[in-house]
Amino acid sequence: MRIDVKKTYKLFIGGEFPRSESGRSYEVYDAKGNFLANPALASRKDLRDAVVSSRGAAEKWEKTSAFNRSQILYRVAEVMQGRAEQFVSEIIAQEGLTKSQAKKQVEKAIDLWVWYSGWCDKIATIYGATNPVSGSFYNFTIPEPLGVVGVFAGGKDSLLDLVHGIAPVLAGGNVAITLANQNFPLSAITLSEVFATSDLPAGVVNVLTGKHSELASWVASHMDIDGIDGSGLDSQVYESVRLAGTDNLKRIKKFSSTQSPERILAFMESKTVWHPIGI
Amino acid sequence: MNFEYSPAPESIAIVDIKPEYNLFIGGKFVPSKGGKRFESINPANEEVLSHITQGTSADVDRAVKAATEAYKKIWSKMSGAERGKYLFRIARILQERAREFAVLESMDNGKPIRETRDTDIPLAAAHFFYHAGWADKLEYAGVGEKPKPHGVVGQIIPWNFPLLMLAWKVAPALATGNTVVLKPAETTSLTALLFAEVCQQAELPSGVVNIVTGDGKTGELIVNHPGVNKIAFTGSTEVGKLIARSVVGTKKALTLELGGKGANIIFEDAPIDETVEGVINGIYFNQGHVCCAGSRLLVQENIKEELLEKLKRRMSMIRVGDPLDKNTDLGAINSRAQLTKIRELADSGEAEGAQRWSPECSLPNKGFWFPPTFFTSVSQAHRIAREEIFGPVLSVITFRTPSEAIEKANNTPYGLSAGIWTDKGSRILWTAQRLKAGVVWANTFNKFDPASPFGGYKESGWGREGGRHGLAAYLRGEH
Repeated sequence: MRIDVKKTYKLFIGGEFPRSESGRSYEVYDAKGNFLANPALASRKDLRDAVVSSRGAAEKWEKTSAFNRSQILYRVAEVMQGRAEQFVSEIIAQEGLTKSQAKKQVEKAIDLWVWYSGWCDKIATIYGATNPVSGSFYNFTIPEPLGVVGVFAGGKDSLLDLVHGIAPVLAGGNVAITLANQNFPLSAITLSEVFATSDLPAGVVNVLTGKHSELASWVASHMDIDGIDGSGLDSQVYESVRLAGTDNLKRIKKFSSTQSPERILAFMESKTVWHPIGI
Repeated sequence: MNFEYSPAPESIAIVDIKPEYNLFIGGKFVPSKGGKRFESINPANEEVLSHITQGTSADVDRAVKAATEAYKKIWSKMSGAERGKYLFRIARILQERAREFAVLESMDNGKPIRETRDTDIPLAAAHFFYHAGWADKLEYAGVGEKPKPHGVVGQIIPWNFPLLMLAWKVAPALATGNTVVLKPAETTSLTALLFAEVCQQAELPSGVVNIVTGDGKTGELIVNHPGVNKIAFTGSTEVGKLIARSVVGTKKALTLELGGKGANIIFEDAPIDETVEGVINGIYFNQGHVCCAGSRLLVQENIKEELLEKLKRRMSMIRVGDPLDKNTDLGAINSRAQLTKIRELADSGEAEGAQRWSPECSLPNKGFWFPPTFFTSVSQAHRIAREEIFGPVLSVITFRTPSEAIEKANNTPYGLSAGIWTDKGSRILWTAQRLKAGVVWANTFNKFDPASPFGGYKESGWGREGGRHGLAAYLRGEH
């Protein structure tokens, strides 16, 4: 009989897989209550490291052409497809779903990447504008990314809700610091392995596993984070995040599990440029 | 040669200011329940213009009730096309009474009649006209097929463009089917109260627009009233953050237009004379009481001397004085409190080592005045380079490379506006792309239009006003 080689579940920061600098980990159990893994319990320092990495990546990702970003998001879908089995077995273990239910979730998640991939180079067409102002001026408005967005993944679908959070953030040209679903963190870590092999520049997505209740206040009060998708937070923690986030007027939003360009636009700013017309 | 101008004062016979004003609630002027009156003065001569009511909790409650009733019974049931007609009517009446509004605004605010006549009032009318046409086309506003209004909107506006800010707020709110409780700034309530008469002349249904005057305490009552579904605020970042905190735990929607410290970037190849005009317009327009003012001049080092020489010459021609004189360029500072703030910050500039320059100009004895001023030898750490002065004070900073210009321009928690001056098209777009600012003026500055979205990045606010983007902020989509 062969003994399985089990995976060590670590953080994903700057394209690498470190343990928490704090040395902390926590136990997660499968749906039947059996021990599953010891993922890292991210600390405040891990978050700060992630923000430094994200800020560096934000400039690069924003300047990557929309077409190129679109191809990279599509590449994520391609690589996920190849690892579908692994996602399915982790979802079965974590969530206690049947194989066909788990498979359906993985397929939906892959298709969601494809959908958001297509938005990268269309969002500005649909939601930008040329504005017919009085006077001899050319005037246009374009949506631009905010920069660094914290994404709290939650919900009952460990993988799908994660992609609902991350994909629109990347499609808009933002970078994501993902706070994995604390009860179902395995999908997030395996997704990190997909990111690491999908031509996604290092730091565009950083993934922290740990306790939302602990991480939330640090994310909310970090002055170099520009926006937060709090969809995965319970409403009490979400309101406390809104409060702390006012220190730098973070854009903080919460969504139901819908796929919508609204989720891309939530973390974009409209810039309007004027120029005189003349000879 | 004598270049003196003869005075060309605008007559004030056209305005009829009442000695005291009540609140406008449910379509009528009604006395306050327990509110005291406070003086509203002309900042150019400190004469008392009228007595304004300090709205109380009971007043705000009545106004929200009136707005709720108007929303439920009339405004939300009316077709967009019919709603739009009221906005068209308001636009037309503002045009008909434009001169009266211009004179009143100049007296109440201290800004030159030239600006109220040519900018504030025509733009206010244009905002109503523009948004009137949206009222029956909301399904095209980009927020889904069946967009809905929020309900009752609480709106709090500043004193720098009193009627124009009212128009920016009220026009999109009404076009989208919301009803309004508006509070003008305590130093500039008169044009809002005259606007109430316009609503009456337009036969706008009672309660659709309610105007409750008062200071920040009244504003706080509006923000915290449970019957208000959305808040739109224009003012300081400090107060904006307080409002953002106070809506936590509620379902109230919130848009904020806050402060700025706009960089006006001058590259070495800029057309110098046009640029000087742009710099003047960027910081001395409206006494510098402009949230999007180009208050930091970032000039490429090798043209600094030439630019400053021309700027000094041009500044010497700025005419400071009687706001009602049609030749006046720079009027009165809006209040004693604001003058104190400007003086304090300008003094800090000198104390921190910057060099101050103002042209020779005689200021009137009465009223609140501050000469057009710039500072050189300004470091990025100086308060005058970081804090919003909201007065006619420019901080001059130099740069050597385009990247350095971007770095310095973005080195602020604000992100409202920026300017770019260069003859090179590709450099304009390169620079515009990298500036973290909601409005970028290239080879122009301080231009506004109802069709053009306005609003800030970072700590300059949430959301946009104007254009489709501004309209969308008054609608709830399907998400």
